[in-house]
Order: sequence, then structure tokens, then C-alpha cells
Amino acid sequence: MSDGEPREPWAGLQCPVPRSAYPSVLLAHGGGGRLTQQLIEQVFLEAFRNPALEPLHDGAVLEIAGARVAISTDSFVVRPLFFPGGDIGSLAVHGTVNDLAMCGARPVALAAGFILEEGLPMADLTRIVSSMRVAAEAVGVPIVTGDTKVVDRGKGDGVFVHTTGIGLVPPGIDLSPRAARPGDAVLLSGSLAEHGIAVLSVREGLEFETSVVSDSAPLHDLAARILEVGGTALRVLRDPTRGGVASALNEIAAQSGVGMRLDEASVPVREEVRGACEILGFDPLYVANEGKCLAIVAPSAASAVLRAMREHPLGRDAAIVGTVLSEHPGRVFLRSRVGGTRVVDMLSGEQLPRIC
Amino acid sequence: MRFVDEYRSEPAARKLLAAIARSVSRPHTLMEVCGGQTHTLIQSGIDELLPRSVSVVHGPGCPVCVTPLEMIDRAIAIAGRPGVVLTSFGDMLRVPGSRTDLLAAKAAGADVRVVYSPLDALKLAAAHPEREVVFFGVGFETTAPANAMAVRLARERGLGNFSMLCSHVLVPPAIEAILSAPGNQVEGFLAAGHVCAVMGYHEYEPLAERHRVPIVVTGFEPLDLLEGIHRTLRALEEGRHGVENQYRRAVTREGNVHAQRAIAEVFEVCDRPWRGIGVIPRSGLRLREAFAAHDAERRFEVAALEVVESDLCIAGEILRGRKKPRECEQFGTACTPEHPLGAPMVSAEGACAAYHRYGRGA
Repeated sequence: MSDGEPREPWAGLQCPVPRSAYPSVLLAHGGGGRLTQQLIEQVFLEAFRNPALEPLHDGAVLEIAGARVAISTDSFVVRPLFFPGGDIGSLAVHGTVNDLAMCGARPVALAAGFILEEGLPMADLTRIVSSMRVAAEAVGVPIVTGDTKVVDRGKGDGVFVHTTGIGLVPPGIDLSPRAARPGDAVLLSGSLAEHGIAVLSVREGLEFETSVVSDSAPLHDLAARILEVGGTALRVLRDPTRGGVASALNEIAAQSGVGMRLDEASVPVREEVRGACEILGFDPLYVANEGKCLAIVAPSAASAVLRAMREHPLGRDAAIVGTVLSEHPGRVFLRSRVGGTRVVDMLSGEQLPRIC
Repeated sequence: MRFVDEYRSEPAARKLLAAIARSVSRPHTLMEVCGGQTHTLIQSGIDELLPRSVSVVHGPGCPVCVTPLEMIDRAIAIAGRPGVVLTSFGDMLRVPGSRTDLLAAKAAGADVRVVYSPLDALKLAAAHPEREVVFFGVGFETTAPANAMAVRLARERGLGNFSMLCSHVLVPPAIEAILSAPGNQVEGFLAAGHVCAVMGYHEYEPLAERHRVPIVVTGFEPLDLLEGIHRTLRALEEGRHGVENQYRRAVTREGNVHAQRAIAEVFEVCDRPWRGIGVIPRSGLRLREAFAAHDAERRFEVAALEVVESDLCIAGEILRGRKKPRECEQFGTACTPEHPLGAPMVSAEGACAAYHRYGRGA
């Protein structure tokens, strides 16, 4: 089998690239963890820096002609295209609607872009598009413009979908990942890790029998209810997608300059999901969700917001899972089930590529 | 959740911790051999709940960590050949070789794929007869049976395009090496329950006898570990040595004889270098001559590899339990999970990764 010198086409790409930079993009740059954060800060923020971008929220809020307009954009590359509980189409609608909702905005309109691979069955495309229509109608938000491109066979992966949304932020609402304060309660709207595990269960090479379905759902209504009850006591809303709750809370802790403490026993995870995570070696805190939100709330309003969440169909399993601390800024701690303490760091590397 | 929650109960943990505190009259140093147990210890915070006089040091039981650098460089070189699909468990991909790692090789165009079982690599070979599918077979006695099975099936099915780059290692010779090393501080061992589920624990009996140490076969849940630690400490306090089995729900003295037979049919024992530690006699497995056609090391001739180990990484001392990760000057600064200098910072079972991930820094 020898063919002389081994070919190492990447060898020339090693030094003198600084240790802090990778010579090429890795899948982990899209994992929602530390490398994603580095990519955003070192490449995109560096190039595009402006006051609206700098908070690095799920979307930006702009003052336009007296109105506060939220804008958010998201690409979807999930594989497989269809998974238990959803598909790339419904996910693309929910993802952008949720990013708007996390800015405190009421979604107004969506735009959609499609990158199609030559050979994609028309039936698949129709199914995806009709799923988008159903999802958008359920939210009451029209898809008002779009774009289509087709790439050669082998140069795409069926279809990639991109959505952009705009929404209006009501007066008096000012959510920011920089707003968490010591003493605040950390609320979670429901059980974790269902999207990641559902997609994984049908992933080629890893199919396993499970009843877990993706939690992909639009959070605009739940968010509106939380805003209504929480008012100015509501500091931060965040949907813990890629990188999971662990990465989302680490980002908030870093941006707000606070610490956080979670209680492992109070974090809701459904039995089947826990089982799958145990077998696969995943920590549910790092697995993606597409229909859950974290709310950081002043202690005075915590129980009212929790009640409001639980009264909503998408928040029935809501729980207070932790507290914001003044000490250890930028770090998230967890009290384990057996009573020990550990740090919950951001996701490092990639856990499950192409989960959304 | 049944079979999990009962091993993570806080009241039961408190009871065991109190019993441990009562049983200790002097300082002791124990070693958990398995990286999976290291992670449970740190993840559940048991390390900080134990009495200060009990030091639990972390052993070499992380297969990814001890895979020799030369083998990783070889895998990278093979992955770069035209027509090759290199398959591996995910952890191996980020382990730094001399100049690069498999993940970077993948990003640069090599066909490197993560599989969850060697049988998936076999399927790939059957589906792509025009490609050479190489499986990077690393691991202890736990992964050896499935890897043996894959090679055996490849031969039975005539899959000439399937081969294994074999870097298997064995636990008992590593324990022997630690106990025989000058200046050894380790007085008792938690043996890895999963390895013993396959191999049984009879092979630890002569070790315990020769070195007069207690070895407790231990499971992986927090309460398993607390019980394993308690039993080891009790034996030390009472001056007893020998093998005890804490993990009775999974381990028998004889182990899984079918799995052992599969290993013996396909592999033979050989001397093997351990990364950071050096060659340990009769501590590895290699493919038998009868399976040479499926041995990637023989199939793919690789020009002499110039192996360059980081001179900053103290993985060898970490893996022998001589130092804890936080005693390394590079820990968390020059060496992080994103930019690892050594394998223990990468692997899901590496001690440095556990310390970093769960905030056990200085």
C-alpha cells in the first residue's frame, strides 16, 4: 500500500500561525461553545464592531423612526432534515422567532433563504416549505421575502435554510445579557436536551430507539407572558440552543460580571433523555434545546414568573434552577446530586455537529 | 431514574463520607486507575468532600492519553493517503500529535470520520469497497472484545479493505509498573469496574499478594466510588491486602469468558510504549499473524516518523499519579481543552480535562 512519502497537505498550514488561532475552520467553531465565541469575537466582532452588535445578544435592537425594532438572523444546517418532533423548516421558523422573543420583541415578519443542492427530491423541499408555512402561521408571522440558490450535487447537503426576522420591542422592555444582578433567580422553562437527543437518535450511524421528540417550538407567547408578569424585574431571557444551558449561562455570567450557582437536582430532565445522555456520555446541560428559555429574574418576582411559566403550555415543567452570585464573576457552579460542587464551564469543542 | 439515582443519593453519600471520616486514623494515598472514575470523582465533587488526609491520585486509565505519540502521527499519515477513510472514536481526533491532530487533518481534507463502534467502520468498508477503511483501535480490555469482533467479521466477510491500527493496552501491567516504580506513594487501588467486567479480577490477585496492597474493584457512580474508597481505606487501616469486589452488580471473579476468548483469538500480548510513561513490558495487544491482512500497521508503510513531544507537558507525571493537573505550570494557561499540549487535557477520561472542565484549578 505504500506510495512513497505520506502526503500531508495540511503540513504547510501549521506554524507560524499563533497558538490562539486555528489555520482553518473546525466543526467545533460552530458548536456553540468556546470556539464559537472566539470566532465571533476575534473575526466577526473585530470586523463589524458597532454598538448594536457589541452586546452579542440573540438579536440586535435598533431605534428606527421612534420604534424599537429587533432584528435577528439564523442559518439552519441540521442533519437529517427530518427528525422526531420537527424538520429543518419548522426549526428555521422557531429559531428566528425565538431569537426575537429573547430580545423581548414581538415577531413581525420573516425572510427566508434556501440553498438547495442539485438532486434534492422536490417532495422533500415541498414538505419542508409547507412545514415552514404551518410553523409561521401558528406564530402569526408572515414570510414576506426570500431567496433561492442552487449548488452542484455534492456541494451542499440537501438543503440549508436561512431565516431573518424583525420584531417590535414594546416600550419599557430592556433585556440584556449584561443585566443579571447578584441575588437574581435563574429560571428554566422546562426539561432539557430533548432537541439534541431527538436529532441524534436518527443520525446516520447512531440510530437508537427512543420516544424522545425535539422540543422545537415558538417561544414568543411564553416570552410575552414572562415579560408581562416579570416587568422590569426581568433581566435576561435566553434560549439555550447549541452549547446548551451551560454555555448560555456562562455567556450571561461573563457579560454581566456575576457568578452563578445551579442545583443539579432541580434541573428538569425527562427520564428518557437522562437515559440517552447516560448511555451516550452527554451532560444534558450541554445538549441543545429549541423550545426552552432561561429567565433571569429579580428575587421579588421569581415566584410570580415561575407560576406564569408553569401556567403556559410550553412552561409546564419550569423550575428555579439556580441563583446569581456576586462572587466568582464569569463562573457558573453546580451543586451535584451527592452534594459536591463543581464548575460548569462553556462547551469546549463540538458536542454534536449540525444540530440546528 | 432506576439503576442510576440509587447510586447518586445525597443521604447515602453523607453516610459513606461519615464512615470514611471515622475510619481514617492516618494519611493515605489511593489511586483510581480509570479515567471514567476520575471524571465521576471531580464531576460529583467527591474529591473535595473527602477528609484532607485521604489523597486520591489519578492513574493512567485513559486510553486516549496513553496512546503513543508515534501512533497518532502514524494515524495522521495514514489518513492523508488517497483513498483512505480513517475512522476513530471521537476523543482521538483532538489529541495533539507531533505537528497536528486528526481534526486539523480532517479540516485540511483528509477523510476522518467519528464512529461509535468498530462495527460501524466495518459497515463503511462493506459499503465502499473502493476505499481503504482504517479503524483506529485504542482502548483497554473494555473495547478489545468489540474490536476483536470487528477484525474477525472482516475476515469472515472477506472485507479486504478493512484494517485496524491497533494500540490496545492492558491494566494489570500498568498497576505493576506503578507499584514497582521507585518512590511509589500509592498504597491502595480502585480497579476499573468495566475492565473487570470483561476480564474478571483474578489477574489482580497475584498483584495484590506480591505488593501487599488492597485492590477494590469499583464501579463508576458516585456511591460506587465512595464505597470503593471506604473499603480500600478500611483494608489499609486494618492492615489487610487482597482483592475485594465492590462492583458486584457487574463483575465476577472470572469475568466474561466469551469476550476473553474473542480477544485471545484475534490479539496477542506485546510490549507497548505508553505515552508519557515509556515501554511497559507485556502491556499491550497487537493483532495476531493470522489477521495480518487487517493490520493497518503492516498494510500502510509509513516513512520514519519524527516524533516531537511537547517539552512543557508533564502528562507522564500526571498519568502515574505523581502530580495533580493543577500542579502543572501550563494548566489552564498554555494548555487548555481548545489548545491542548497533551492528551490528558483532551480526552473525556483525561485527568487534566476533568480538572479544567470542573474548575479544579489552583
